[in-house]
Amino acid sequence: MAHFLGRRALHSAIALIGLILAVFFLVRLTGDPTDLYLPIDASLETRKEFAHKHGFDRPSTEQFFVFLKDVSKGDLGYSLRKQRPAMELVLEAYPTTLALAGVAMVLSITLAVIVGAIAAYKPGGVFDRISSIASLAGASAPDFWVAITGILLFAVTLRWLPTSGTGDLPYWILPIGVLMLRPFGLMVQVVRAAMLGALSSAYVKTARAKGVGETAVIFVHALRNACLSVVTVAGDLTVGLINGAVIIETVFGWPGVGKLMIDSVIQRDFPTVQATIMVTATAIFLLNVLIDLLYVALDPRIRHQ
Amino acid sequence: MSEHPILKIDDLHVEFRSGGETVHAVNGMSFQISPGETAAILGESGSGKSVTAAAIMRLLQSPPAFITGGSVHFKGQDVLAMPIAKWREYCGREIAMVFQDALTSLNPVFSVGWQIAELFRAHGVASGRDADARAVDLLDRVGIPDPALRARDYAHQFSGGMRQRVMIAMAIALGPDLLIADEPTTALDVTVQAQIMELLEGLRADSDMAMILITHDLGVVADVADNVAVMYAGRVVEHGPVAEVLARPGHAYTRALLDSVPRTHSKGHKLSPIVGSPPDLARIPKGCAFNPRCRFATDVCRTGAPPRITVAPGRIAECHHVEAVYNDN
Amino acid sequence: MTTADQESLIIRRGSPWWRMLIRDRFALIAALWLLILTLCFLFGPELFGEAATKLNLRARNLPPGSMEHGWLMYLGGDALGRSMLARLIVAARNTLAIALVAVFAAMIVGGALGMIAGYVGRGIGHVIMRFADILQSFPSLLLAVVVLYVLEPSVGNLIIVLAITRLPIYLRVTRAEVLEIRERVFVDAARALGGSRYHILRRHIAPVVAPTLLTILTVDFSIVMLAESSLSFLGIGIQPPEITWGLMVAQGRNYLSQAWWLAFFPGLAIMMATLSGNILSNWLRVVSDPEQRWRLEAPGDSTPRKSAGKNDV
Repeated sequence: MAHFLGRRALHSAIALIGLILAVFFLVRLTGDPTDLYLPIDASLETRKEFAHKHGFDRPSTEQFFVFLKDVSKGDLGYSLRKQRPAMELVLEAYPTTLALAGVAMVLSITLAVIVGAIAAYKPGGVFDRISSIASLAGASAPDFWVAITGILLFAVTLRWLPTSGTGDLPYWILPIGVLMLRPFGLMVQVVRAAMLGALSSAYVKTARAKGVGETAVIFVHALRNACLSVVTVAGDLTVGLINGAVIIETVFGWPGVGKLMIDSVIQRDFPTVQATIMVTATAIFLLNVLIDLLYVALDPRIRHQ
Repeated sequence: MSEHPILKIDDLHVEFRSGGETVHAVNGMSFQISPGETAAILGESGSGKSVTAAAIMRLLQSPPAFITGGSVHFKGQDVLAMPIAKWREYCGREIAMVFQDALTSLNPVFSVGWQIAELFRAHGVASGRDADARAVDLLDRVGIPDPALRARDYAHQFSGGMRQRVMIAMAIALGPDLLIADEPTTALDVTVQAQIMELLEGLRADSDMAMILITHDLGVVADVADNVAVMYAGRVVEHGPVAEVLARPGHAYTRALLDSVPRTHSKGHKLSPIVGSPPDLARIPKGCAFNPRCRFATDVCRTGAPPRITVAPGRIAECHHVEAVYNDN
Repeated sequence: MTTADQESLIIRRGSPWWRMLIRDRFALIAALWLLILTLCFLFGPELFGEAATKLNLRARNLPPGSMEHGWLMYLGGDALGRSMLARLIVAARNTLAIALVAVFAAMIVGGALGMIAGYVGRGIGHVIMRFADILQSFPSLLLAVVVLYVLEPSVGNLIIVLAITRLPIYLRVTRAEVLEIRERVFVDAARALGGSRYHILRRHIAPVVAPTLLTILTVDFSIVMLAESSLSFLGIGIQPPEITWGLMVAQGRNYLSQAWWLAFFPGLAIMMATLSGNILSNWLRVVSDPEQRWRLEAPGDSTPRKSAGKNDV
């Protein structure tokens, strides 16, 4: 088990380091990093001053070590637009995104488990068909278009919901609803396949032969095994949710990390862009470690390898 | 045959429909067993023996399996007609089953102690720590060393033989009156096989439990069973007391099976396997299903269904040429 | 006694692909729609280019549903009176081209890297796999946003970025298949006969891996189309004067309350294209799986698989 966890953590760590390095090299790839920070029409003098102040005119190796030192201290630069440390901006925006993504994840997994389990229990039945259509729609629908159509229908035409912004429940319905589409579609298929496999397995046969009631057979024997498949996909799910959050936050004007990223790109505020990447990469690394721990907790076979 | 068999199967028919094809797995299987009796169901793979067992326990998944005819009576109750929830009350408590592959038949995410204790919990006999304690007792009874410790282990931490003992512990936990053992030793080493059969025999004798032993192993049948039913292509083609059937079979298939066993004392003798291969159950031959492979076959075998002939008291064989087979020794 | 002539093996012929397509109503519609899109791709800009740019101030913000100004204006007109339908048809080329090129590039490069990683293993293999890990563990949209920020959003860069984000899946699948095939006898035979590694990869392994990759490609096409649309919608993908459906949605968003069709129809076009792609890839999966094929085969097309003797039914 330690071997399994250790190896996985090492891989994730390498991925994280690789990403940080990639960001460093990417910025210097185009030659002059000043272009990324200053407006297009900045004068030559401003550029030179800027380059000198931020050490861009030093040899690359020196820049690299300075970069590493800064990163380890948590100093990810200063946002020129907002006149605040970039890290602060990012950490301020994260709770909004976490709330959005968190609720969407919990809701989609819960619904997917219910629909997927019932779909697997009666293949070809009503629930099964709902699950197929839902997955197909989730995988095919452009979320920004669904969001806009949703706003058009529910906010502009019917006036049931607000068009954008944060607040209490009505403000959450459209954003969460649209964000949930793809993860739900994906999860429903995963749960359905896992439950189909579990329900036709030999150990479920044994449970029935023992006289265990159908409810326990489905929700204890089968579901507990299907969980493993869900956890396996959890990482991809979260990454997909972050992607979705970028769009949803932009369309609905939620001040989360996604919107921060897009705004920073449009305003050419590179330190914030860089800081967002770093923090997100670290968060994903931690998440992967957590998922692996969860996997070990759920599957006794791995514990004894 | 006793007047009140504990299990009675009458003309059972089971079909599998998938891929546009219909496979006739069980074709008019009739069988009965009395309390305390050990009966073997002998047959090759594809003979329908495991499907029959699954049908009795109502473990078949519909689709693709469909019970299209016949009846099963357990202690006088119509098994196939009663609501499934009611039948589940019998399962584990009065009738139990041991499966072939213990590794896949045990749930990998729960400890074996938990799974045995589940029997007590599910049938309302005991709960919590009481159930766990009884589970440990059972592990001890089936010969697992350090039972208290081992109860917390998982299926993959046991060897094949130990796992099968766990399966047996689960089956006898509530003292069932009938135990169905579906190829309980096929997946095991020969030495372990003997131990498991010994265990089963011992447990059965202790509680006067009836046992249906499903197997393709003639040796096991000869050792343990009182009566044997030979199955071919979904039907019982011969049945009777073990000693008599194996000494002088009345059906050509039984004869061929016995002939195909390699004999240690006839060195230099050619092996005589049964020619051909088991029939495609989607296309069963007309007349007697065994006719393409039978050395006694004549034209009548290819056209007409064989009659049920009483070979001797308590012995039935379904063959056009019973006499020829019986006297060919 | 059974002899060889009594046992006959009749090989199942099965239905031709078009018959199986017809039997699946949804797949048929999806295929037809993709055919229409292909026609738009090939001839769209030439045939409708003028209509897409022609200003018609009388049809300014014309709502859809009327044939007053001709059939071209059935889907409505934009702020300058240009035909929505014509603009959609013209934008199809860019939208589809970018997705297609990106997806093929990903397949080829990812497949090649996967083959190297699988066949060579050891050092290079590990490096390639860690590289795939980095790509796959990070949200592709954010990655694309950053790279396009740094490199300027041109069509070429956009395609490269999209291709890179899809690399890992082809890489992993290819590597897995290569690892399995590598151990098979015919590869040993080729090696014994002196085949070089490149030769073995190209002639023996690639043909076996290709069908799997193509199946993945059909699903990936939809994913890449959605990704490009998202990027263009955010303003980071395609830049004017180039146009794709995603960008049209972004442009239409400003007029949501007055002219909803400006944002609605381009998005609908994206959805219909990706939906068709996904439906067809489901169909492909059923067709290429021998155990599922029977659902789509016509009863008369296949013959019995095996007869055990001359006496059976």
